[in-house]
Amino acid sequence: MNPLVVDQMTVAYDRQLVLEDVSFSVPEGKLVGIIGPNGAGKSTLMKAMLNFIPRMHGNVFVYGQPYEKQRHLVGYVPQRNSVDWDFPTNALDVVLMGRYGHIGLWKRPRKEDVEIAMQCLDKVGMLPYAKRQISQLSGGQQQRVFLARALAQDASIYLMDEPFVGVDAATEKAIIQLLNELKTRGKTVLVVHHDLQTVRDYFDYVLLLNKRVIAFGETERTFTYDHIQNTYGGKVTFLSATHIVG
Amino acid sequence: MNNMDINVQWVFTSMALLGLASGMIGTFVLLKKQSLIGDAMAHAALPGICIAFLLYGQKSLLFFFIGAACSGYVATACIQFIVKHTRIKEDAAIGIVLSVFFGLGIVLLTWINQHEGGNQSGINDFLFGKAASLTGSDVNVLAVTTIIMIIITSVFFKEFKIITFDRAFAQGIGVPVSLLNGVLMFLIVSVVVVGLQAVGVVLMSALLITPALAARYWTEKLEWMTLLAGVFGALSGVAGAYVSLIAYVPTGPLVIIFATALFLFSFLFAPKRGLCSKIIRRHVERKKLRVKQLMYERGEQL
Amino acid sequence: MSYTIWILLTATLVGINCGLVGTFLVLRKMSMLSDAISHSVLLGIVGAYMVSHQLQGVSMLIGALLVGLLTTFLVQLLHQKGVQSDAAIGVVFTCLFAIGVVLISLFADRVHLDVEHALMGEIAFVPWDVLEVGGRSIGPKAVWLLGFVLAINIFVIVFAYKELKISSFDSEMAITLGIPVVLIHYVLMGMLSLTTVASFDSVGAILVVAMLIVPSATAYLWTDRLSTMLICSAFIGVLASVIGYVGATAFNVSISGAIAVSTGVIFFVSLWIAPKHGLLRKWMKKSPA
Repeated sequence: MNPLVVDQMTVAYDRQLVLEDVSFSVPEGKLVGIIGPNGAGKSTLMKAMLNFIPRMHGNVFVYGQPYEKQRHLVGYVPQRNSVDWDFPTNALDVVLMGRYGHIGLWKRPRKEDVEIAMQCLDKVGMLPYAKRQISQLSGGQQQRVFLARALAQDASIYLMDEPFVGVDAATEKAIIQLLNELKTRGKTVLVVHHDLQTVRDYFDYVLLLNKRVIAFGETERTFTYDHIQNTYGGKVTFLSATHIVG
Repeated sequence: MNNMDINVQWVFTSMALLGLASGMIGTFVLLKKQSLIGDAMAHAALPGICIAFLLYGQKSLLFFFIGAACSGYVATACIQFIVKHTRIKEDAAIGIVLSVFFGLGIVLLTWINQHEGGNQSGINDFLFGKAASLTGSDVNVLAVTTIIMIIITSVFFKEFKIITFDRAFAQGIGVPVSLLNGVLMFLIVSVVVVGLQAVGVVLMSALLITPALAARYWTEKLEWMTLLAGVFGALSGVAGAYVSLIAYVPTGPLVIIFATALFLFSFLFAPKRGLCSKIIRRHVERKKLRVKQLMYERGEQL
Repeated sequence: MSYTIWILLTATLVGINCGLVGTFLVLRKMSMLSDAISHSVLLGIVGAYMVSHQLQGVSMLIGALLVGLLTTFLVQLLHQKGVQSDAAIGVVFTCLFAIGVVLISLFADRVHLDVEHALMGEIAFVPWDVLEVGGRSIGPKAVWLLGFVLAINIFVIVFAYKELKISSFDSEMAITLGIPVVLIHYVLMGMLSLTTVASFDSVGAILVVAMLIVPSATAYLWTDRLSTMLICSAFIGVLASVIGYVGATAFNVSISGAIAVSTGVIFFVSLWIAPKHGLLRKWMKKSPA
């Protein structure tokens, strides 16, 4: 059984359809890149999967059950600018928030939760900054804190919204390393991505999206010149497209 | 016709003019997303009025106006300073300035009441507004100033439109943006100060934004929206003043209740943007989609 | 106990209550919602009076709670249906406040509550309105009311600290973790309504706003930890109350107004001298040493 199935999902803002009849099914342990032009509904897709915005139609299944029953299995890494980094708290505290699902409602974090949070910080190379106020971290460091938080959550499926935006080269490398580690541990990861150059190197599967699913499948076979042209409405020039596809 | 009737007619006229002016100017306040700043200015006007009274020694609309304009300007500057130089966000900055300035106003008001015999000054009317208490000369001042404001707004309409919609573009094509912003700010302060007497500090901001918000539901054109907001404002003003006179209830709250009723009606029943027509449209759209899907499925089976 | 001590105790309780609740409002960028609720609560008080014919205690709390939640709900509803959020706040609270004022003036002969009083409060009268049990006075009603609300506030914050924190920082993440974000929002608004109505009678609508927002925003300049911020903002609230009371009696002016002004003064001083986020420190850092 595939861990993540999206079935005929349609989302509309007011009278405009933002996503139309989106269906795909992701096998276990794959890194999936979600690719498409601005306004193609990439972030909306994630938000609708997580029920942040209402779906007009369609379902999301996690390990065969509706998402609503399996929330704890899905971790979400929002875009970095979606939170206020001036919030009075430190890096360790943010990572500890990833444990809240395990701790349970109204209970305090235990010692082992703090230890797990520390380990997760260590994994993204942020242990020395554990007590640093989050506004004093660089963009890349903030992104790593978010990833550590997702790790601490210990989910089976991860949805990441543009984790590579505005980060330095070192962080980008660290993120990729982490994604691969998650993969080897049998986790399924979906990443909204906009850099066409790196798609082939990073992802096993791609979902080419422009309001509808243009193509979905293994990167080798799916990330082709024709599909990219279809996704971007022919706006990718011939030269750069052949370069990307390689 | 006796004197009383003439006075009543004057009150109606001035309330209509006030509603018209504040509706028109409020359109720009609303579109610039400064509704809460309007609220802050109304509250901040109080200490300015009190200081003007303390300095001048008696009630004078002109000095009140200058005082209120000064403190309104200082308040706006404080909000901008806090947002620019600290990590405090705009909502909290507005809250800080609004409440501290108003607190200062209350302190000064109690000082005046106790030391300067201010109960006769009529300053207390500024808190809740009392259109019926407007004297003949007040009404004259009110009428003249609102007419001037309406004229200024009409003259600069095109310019206000462009700086509200796209400030950067306006600057790019050589429109004197900061000067025009200054003029607009001046108009907002003016209408707030003039309106305080009629509707009071707390509800003044609503007289600015509620008619404009109601107007937004009926049209996509700024020209019509401004005009309609003015009409809604004037209607609420007259209706409020009328009921206030016969029921002995403060004018301000009544005007706002009428304005809100107009807003609610627009919000629910306006032809294109209203809630009802939106719901109906969504229903139709959904049906269309379902039919499309059904046809698609059948097509696959065939 | 003497008159002054009761007043100071009242002001202190207002300071602590508002400091605790206000911290979350400032962090959630909902400061202006406190402005809204503090005004619309007037309608709740009038409504409670019309139903129960008394102006105190439980009925007043319930009335305020209902109208407070109604305000929150209406603002949310308008915002969801496409009204920009600042305008939504502005329309809702002014309308509810206006209805409250009209009701008061219609029943003026029967309601012993004038609007001026509601806006400015009258903390000077607090010590005379005492609660009696079995014929013996056990202190002013306002103090008991504020103490009761403080107990609720502290209980909720201790009990749901973690949930309040994450839903304030990252509500989307909180939703995916199965934290009842909407419930927490309404609980917080309930706390805000109770705090407002308990403080209302003694300090008035506008001062409640000052006490909710200014000490919390000031504490935000002093610390980078949420727990410290809560304590710090309660402390600043208390400090402002004492300074304000002393100043008001010295110049014989409105106590509640003076307390609002002193929160402003403390904020202004902190703006410059706060260690990490103060302007002096920032500018010293910028200029080459």
